[in-house]
Amino acid sequence: MKLPAPPLPKALRRSPPRPGQDDRKNGRNGPPATKPTPKDQAVEGVAGVVGWLDERTGASPFLRGFLYRKVPKGTNWYYTLGSATMFAFLAQAVTGVFLAMYYEPDPTRAYESASRITNEVFLGEFVRGMHRWGSTVMIILIFLHMGRTFFFGAYKYPRELNWVIGVVLVVLTLMMGLTGYLLPFDQRSFWATVVAVNLNSSGPIVGPYLADFLRVGSEFGPTTIARFYALHMLAVPGLIAALIGAHLYLVAKLGTTAPPWLKAEKKDLLKEEV
Amino acid sequence: MADSPKKFDKKSRYTEARGLPGAFEGETVTRRRFMEGTALAAGGIATMAFALPGLGFALGPIFEDTIPTRWQDVGPEGDFNDQSYVPRVMNIEPQIGDAGKTTIYVRKFNTDQDKVIEGQDKQPYVVISTRCAHLGCPVRYTQASQKFLCPCHGGVYGFEGNVEAGPPVRPLDRFYTRVTNGRVEVGDRFSLNSQFERFSPRDPTNHLDGLWQYLYPSRPTT
Repeated sequence: MKLPAPPLPKALRRSPPRPGQDDRKNGRNGPPATKPTPKDQAVEGVAGVVGWLDERTGASPFLRGFLYRKVPKGTNWYYTLGSATMFAFLAQAVTGVFLAMYYEPDPTRAYESASRITNEVFLGEFVRGMHRWGSTVMIILIFLHMGRTFFFGAYKYPRELNWVIGVVLVVLTLMMGLTGYLLPFDQRSFWATVVAVNLNSSGPIVGPYLADFLRVGSEFGPTTIARFYALHMLAVPGLIAALIGAHLYLVAKLGTTAPPWLKAEKKDLLKEEV
Repeated sequence: MADSPKKFDKKSRYTEARGLPGAFEGETVTRRRFMEGTALAAGGIATMAFALPGLGFALGPIFEDTIPTRWQDVGPEGDFNDQSYVPRVMNIEPQIGDAGKTTIYVRKFNTDQDKVIEGQDKQPYVVISTRCAHLGCPVRYTQASQKFLCPCHGGVYGFEGNVEAGPPVRPLDRFYTRVTNGRVEVGDRFSLNSQFERFSPRDPTNHLDGLWQYLYPSRPTT
């Protein structure tokens, strides 16, 4: 059985032997005239590893279908907003993991640990800055992506479910913003969170209980910040990652839409009939 | 003579009569289907076994009284009068340092002017919470105008903590007071509606007039 070739860039692909070159390379008719160069060996090595993995996972047909799928005519830069949002999320995830190595979710130490990250830890200001500004970038991008989907009519049949998943992702992204805002634990984040939790409390009947859930009681208490931290770094990002997977699966499965200003081309068959 | 094709009774109890693959005589459920059900049930039970306690763990505090009654000394009786408020700091949540402290405004109950709050023993002192009834920002008392002003969204309260302007939905909360050995002590919070009827403590944003009070019920945490 011939396995499909893995989708390697051209430089890494094994080139077919040229006439006359074949014999020397594999040494079938006598010893090779030249030793393989280091470049040849590197190419062989990479191709070998990729081939080994591909043979055991069968990933290449899937990856080829996923990464080299056909897109409609007229696909333009606006179609990259979804990927941009996803990479913003990945940047938040990576910087967040590193911030978690220095941050302490304790009401008496949170502020100190956050300012230690900014002022003392090597590159701390940069990583915290990326996380802080990256959150804004992600929210801007997700709304631009939502607007693109709406104005291009890409939410219509059969993509309604993907729109619904996307709306849930928007809500989860805003929840990331809400829960993350408390963590620096300065005056602004404390009072902004007090106001935000009280807004939750304004919902009839369930609202006050939701506020109690967020605060762990009727007042801002010793475990409130730990609860926000757990939601911010475990529960909500886990859900976001899972839903991004479902979102991407549906994008690959259903394909993307052409921009609305492109009309469908008339088939030649019809022209001939006229 | 050719056999007539076997007739299956789709509605029969017995799997054999329904012609299911792997059916045995007398079975009403195929073993395949039984295994399917068992595996799903086992998975469901295993999931519930960790999910339900986890959920209870996360939700438990909303069914507990998280703020036990503590009477806090705010100073001798001589510090307060019935004409103006004196600010004091009270510790609402002792475990979280400065974030658990709040300012309260204390004055003597004025028997000539102040309304006695319904359903409540006469309180010797009036202690106003600085938590705005709109969204919980801290209000500040201004002696010159005898009003409480909220910096966030412009709520204005009168001398009694009654709403005079802006978005707040009810008067400022108060605290119970008592006098022990000549010293004023402050206890639990309570909320008021615009008629100055007493309610158990509610969150800011919770209306308490008329039918609204049923949409924002008393909670176990308060």
